[in-house]
Amino acid sequence: MNMQSIWFIMKREFNGYFATPVAYVFIIIFLLLTGFSTFYVGNFFERGEADLYPFFSQHPWLYILLIPAISMRLWAEERKSGSIELLMTLPVSVFEAVLGKFLAAWAFTGLALLLNFPLWLTVNYLGSPDNGVIVASFLGSLLMAGGFLAIGSCISAITKNQVIAFVLSLVISLIFVLAGFGIVIDFFAGWAPPTLVDAISSFSFLTHFDAISKGVIDLRDMLYFISLIAIWLFANALIINARKAD
Amino acid sequence: MTLRIEIDDLAKHFGAIKAVDGVSFSVSKGEVLGFLGPNGAGKSTTMKMITGFLTPTRGTVRVCGYDVLKDPISVKAHLGYLPEGAPAYADMTPVNFLHFIAEIRGIRGKEKKRAVESAAERARITNVMYQPIETLSKGYKRRVGLAQSILHNPPVLILDEPTDGLDPNQKHEVRTLINEMAEDKAIIISTHILEEVHALCNRNVVIANGKVRFDGTPQQLEAKSRYYNAVCVNVANIEQQAFANFLSSLEFVANVEQLNGSEGFRVYPKQGQQITAELSETIRGNGWEIDSLHAESGRLDEVFRSITMPNAESK
Repeated sequence: MNMQSIWFIMKREFNGYFATPVAYVFIIIFLLLTGFSTFYVGNFFERGEADLYPFFSQHPWLYILLIPAISMRLWAEERKSGSIELLMTLPVSVFEAVLGKFLAAWAFTGLALLLNFPLWLTVNYLGSPDNGVIVASFLGSLLMAGGFLAIGSCISAITKNQVIAFVLSLVISLIFVLAGFGIVIDFFAGWAPPTLVDAISSFSFLTHFDAISKGVIDLRDMLYFISLIAIWLFANALIINARKAD
Repeated sequence: MTLRIEIDDLAKHFGAIKAVDGVSFSVSKGEVLGFLGPNGAGKSTTMKMITGFLTPTRGTVRVCGYDVLKDPISVKAHLGYLPEGAPAYADMTPVNFLHFIAEIRGIRGKEKKRAVESAAERARITNVMYQPIETLSKGYKRRVGLAQSILHNPPVLILDEPTDGLDPNQKHEVRTLINEMAEDKAIIISTHILEEVHALCNRNVVIANGKVRFDGTPQQLEAKSRYYNAVCVNVANIEQQAFANFLSSLEFVANVEQLNGSEGFRVYPKQGQQITAELSETIRGNGWEIDSLHAESGRLDEVFRSITMPNAESK
């Protein structure tokens, strides 16, 4: 692994978001939606508590829609324009390229997430929240975003069409979130053996994010997201290797 | 003569289609190899395998001694590659694009600035360095791709149709650039523009249906033409049939063909030998007056057809 190659690929990809209006449109929509969901769905004021739980708890649902919009271009565009032939004949390995691109998308998501800082200012102005919890939730949310991005990056590698990449990533993300949703769990709980129900819900982003959104960072939840990212990126590299020239 | 590219029994099959089927040749420093063949002959596929983009079905490629399967990173570090259509990151400007390429290729600091400037100058794109690549004309896009491929001054250069779609002036500039670099590099250029055989190359490999059909110098390629060293001769005030009989009877003449109208005859030599001087002497020796006499060079388009489509009509 050549760290410098990863860094340069990441830098180029990250700047690429800002070369077009895509980055700005995305950030504005993201901030509008987080604001809306925090105040209207999460009932930020009505709860009367000085924390950002209403903000973080909505993230899985927002990410389902928004993360595929960030990840869809990662490889689909590269394949469509043919620049993948250029990239893959530069002295970099497939893993370096996959990692560099993923990290760029992840950094971009982190930036969008950080731009919610007015909420943090608001909650600190209104009361005295536990800022340690907020930092932990922020990192946890970023980790979960990485999981969504890894799925999206891998899906983006199988097609030249960004719309297909977007829709497929959205559906797969939805499956990963819904596996832990009450209705789904109840549906299986009626007839399936408890171990299977546990297994299904243990694959869900919701199950692993719930504690994180309350500021509790459990090593098992972190491991879940890290291994999820690793597996999807590994698959991503295999797909690129096999299909780059198609 | 240092061998820079060694290709041995290279093949790529896509299912039942044998795109490249057992190609072998090598290229030394100082050689500009024109890689000819009709569309779909396997030129691009071969180049993609040399550059490590495609994995061969069988066979080996070595660039500067490195095996492309065992050490692809070293191979890629030693070559510059212009893929077909010169793909680039369209929303970048050439200056940012070239800096990215330089960084990835491990060129740093002052050296990076110098390399980018020098490549831009040689590819003649200095005046468009700050415009997004997607807004550039086809010729400029191609030259941005060229600048990218020569940025790190690679010992081996692989150019897939570098002049395709360019106007005559742009073609001339690209050829000049390639000729400037020819001396200390090993270069492979794919093309189906036959005039480039002479303008650029000192060696040619012709492939068709995935197999090498010819490997030699441009002169040898021309010599395969039946027009090679043929002489067109016209003598005034003479009975045509008698003159034709006379020409046919000469010992160095293989064949005589009457040209349209009163333009005389085309005389084909035996074994492609030079007969201009001998023919002219013989005719004058008979006291005839020569109106016109000129030797022909080989016709590459005809050679190209006969090599790549051996079953087509051999007119």
